[in-house]
Amino acid sequence: MKHLGLIVNPVAGMGGRVGLKGTDGAGILKAARELGAEPTAPARASQALDKICRCGLDIRILTCDGAMGEESAARAGLTFDIVYRPDASKTTGPEDTRRAAELFAHCGCDLLLFAGGDGTARDISAAVGTDIPVLGIPAGVKIHSAVFANTPARAGELACLFLAGRCGEPREMEVMDIDEKEFREGRVRSRLYGYLRTPFEKRLLQSGKSSGGKTDRVELDGMAEQVVRMMAPDTLYLVGPGSTTAVVMEKLGLKGTLLGVDAVKNHTLTGADLSESDILKLIAAEQVELVVTVIGGQGHIFGRGNQQISPSVIRALGSERTHVIASPSKMRELFGKPLLVDTGDPQLDVELCGYKRVITGLNQELMARIEC
Amino acid sequence: MKGNREFHQARWNEPLLFEKSLPGRRCVIPPRAEKNVESMVGDGLSALPEAMLRETPPALPEIAQPQLIRHYNHLSQENLGVDSNIDIGQGTCTMKYSPKINDMLAGSPKLKDMHPLQDESTAQGILEIFYRTGEMFKEISGLECCSLQPGGGSHGVLAMATMVRAWHRSHGEDSTRDEIITTFFSHPADAAVPKAKGYKVVVLPPDEEGLPDMEAYRAALSERTAAIFFTNPEDTGIFNSRIREFTRLARENGALCCYDQANANGLLGVTRAREADFDMSFFNLHKTFSSPHGCGGPATGLLMTTAELRDYLPAPIVEYDASSNRYFLDHDLPQSCGKIKDFYGVAPVVVRAYCWIMSLGTEGLMEVSRAAVLNNNYFMKKMLAVRGCSISFPKHPARVEQVRYSWEQLHADTGFGTADIQQRTADFGTHYWMSHEPWVVPEPVTIEPTESYSKEDLDEYLRIMEEISRECYEEPGIIRHAPHNSTIHHIDHDYLDDPGKWAITWRCYRKRYQGYFEPVAAE
Repeated sequence: MKHLGLIVNPVAGMGGRVGLKGTDGAGILKAARELGAEPTAPARASQALDKICRCGLDIRILTCDGAMGEESAARAGLTFDIVYRPDASKTTGPEDTRRAAELFAHCGCDLLLFAGGDGTARDISAAVGTDIPVLGIPAGVKIHSAVFANTPARAGELACLFLAGRCGEPREMEVMDIDEKEFREGRVRSRLYGYLRTPFEKRLLQSGKSSGGKTDRVELDGMAEQVVRMMAPDTLYLVGPGSTTAVVMEKLGLKGTLLGVDAVKNHTLTGADLSESDILKLIAAEQVELVVTVIGGQGHIFGRGNQQISPSVIRALGSERTHVIASPSKMRELFGKPLLVDTGDPQLDVELCGYKRVITGLNQELMARIEC
Repeated sequence: MKGNREFHQARWNEPLLFEKSLPGRRCVIPPRAEKNVESMVGDGLSALPEAMLRETPPALPEIAQPQLIRHYNHLSQENLGVDSNIDIGQGTCTMKYSPKINDMLAGSPKLKDMHPLQDESTAQGILEIFYRTGEMFKEISGLECCSLQPGGGSHGVLAMATMVRAWHRSHGEDSTRDEIITTFFSHPADAAVPKAKGYKVVVLPPDEEGLPDMEAYRAALSERTAAIFFTNPEDTGIFNSRIREFTRLARENGALCCYDQANANGLLGVTRAREADFDMSFFNLHKTFSSPHGCGGPATGLLMTTAELRDYLPAPIVEYDASSNRYFLDHDLPQSCGKIKDFYGVAPVVVRAYCWIMSLGTEGLMEVSRAAVLNNNYFMKKMLAVRGCSISFPKHPARVEQVRYSWEQLHADTGFGTADIQQRTADFGTHYWMSHEPWVVPEPVTIEPTESYSKEDLDEYLRIMEEISRECYEEPGIIRHAPHNSTIHHIDHDYLDDPGKWAITWRCYRKRYQGYFEPVAAE
């Protein structure tokens, strides 16, 4: 019998849909709740557990009380033992993640699976270091650490492969995080916080995201020029987060939000740092098109750092009005890997799969395959 | 490595001719005309109209003959080329030996004293060679009409893109068909040149076997597709065996099919553009057909098209009138895409290629391709046994005339990659090139052993690769400090990557740089 530890950070990802770029800290969590954010991590954990449920291995789940794991395991129909109970009178926090992780390591579980984001990964790294193998189910707002599978379902598949002894020795993978405060002010600085030992299969793991790498300015400039030339009069363009889309804003002479969604119409900034509901209102009122980029080294176009562009937004716009842009060097780094979508709506993810044109330069596009 | 691999590159800190110039020095002083000649024809200068005379003489370097010869000999000693090395390390470029007899014929006064503006009646010989070269390419390509105007490979692509534009314009579709589809491993010019022509270029990724992704292609094709620009075999050396499916789908969409056969060295007498249903194709006479590359020109990207496209060719084309037994320039191409280049072709290049094809004949051309493919596969078998070397796209191991290899394993084992191997290769007096973009195969190198090289040549080059690989694993210090026997130890690639630093004329160079590779302070 294999023992699988499970920790769900129930508040992970809540800041994303409401445009808060993260959910670290009680103040931000409160703000997210006030903006109407709802927990998404337990459902994402269930998607991973569904795969484990069906893999046919004899697995015993060790988990935590309530939203920290019990709910997800129960939803997936798995049997489990509760090893850690957080203080029911308080909202769960980083301390709970750390204590639970320590307990699982002490119990000698074969793999610790957790649902969360970079903050959760940091807490687990601080607690167990490289003592036991750990794999992340992506459920946070931004995922810079290389310890996450590409999607919840793939996290489940990889966990099964590992527990069945069909992966190699786990590799030490980076735990990265960015300063959310700086992030909200428009600066991306990822920092290395430690390492986790993570099961590895090349095709199934999210590669560590690079930030501030050397980019070819000439290529980026051509790409931005192409986007500006494409912009039709009186159409409103939603410009998604990222340093690639920021070059487009720069080209237009506009000061955009590096990590938020902005609105541009007739080369003028008409809305900044929009939330999902702002965006849906605009779509209802105007002719709207969307410009998003690809997360470097990972390939996500939806579901990483741009959760404001929710399944409802993506459905309302359709593929025709969604433009994907990326520099040729970013696409070279992704060579052989597909683009990824992880919108939170598995049905939509499947619908988005197929081939998409990626604008990579002036008069230049690359056909890219989208997978989920 | 012993023997003639105990080498050291020559170094002359050779100034430019302009810098060696001294007032009054002359290389050749032509004799003055005798008085009685001058009294009959004038002095040759005073008859020139006043308005045509320069106020100041042109700024030409002034130098005497021995200093001039010495200058060029110094430069040639610093050179590396087909005639001085086993030049197989520049894959996709088809570096082959150019027989000296063809050089002599191309350099004969009968040819070099001609002028392209001479009347046709005085240029029948060269027109006949142009015409007959076109006739031979009808067999080689299966297509019907020929232009020798393009002055190089990328220029051949330009001719095709210009014809595509002319074709759709005459069919009223120029404004709606604004996209060209090409593939990841087609030559980069197939993407770059149509862009310069104003087209949007859509690039297809390869699938797991390295072949252009058919599903991506179906998704890319539309009523906006003007043409497809494909190289085959691609720069990986992989032959696209589904090519007829690609051309069929393009035709069904009303797009033209354009074939980049700049490098046709593995396919002579084996496959043809016609059978793959292409509308047009160009061939580099300076690659497959043995004329030297000439350091970037002058060269020839001979263009072949179907009869349907004849009237769209760049004017003029060379034709033959049997009734009068005359070769002539046909300017009467009502739909012509216009001129691609002055006049009608680079004559010395065409003459060399013509001589080369004539000396080989049909069987000889086929033997060229057989030998090129055999050499490549022999080399590949041995190269893949070199420690740390692997093949790109191992799921498709069959290659035609070249192979893109990867030193990924060597890099993982030793930390040395293809750039380190290149540095060290220079120590052996030979050449190694890291493949052109897109740089997606890890630590790539492309080797193309054409038919020109003997088994001993290939073995010698392989020994260099084996030795460098061994050094990477066992004597890393040698690699780390290479090159030892060359003259330049580090090339700053920033100068190549930044268009703001390029200087393509002497005037531009002087404006930008005070000394050798020293930027002038920003203005």
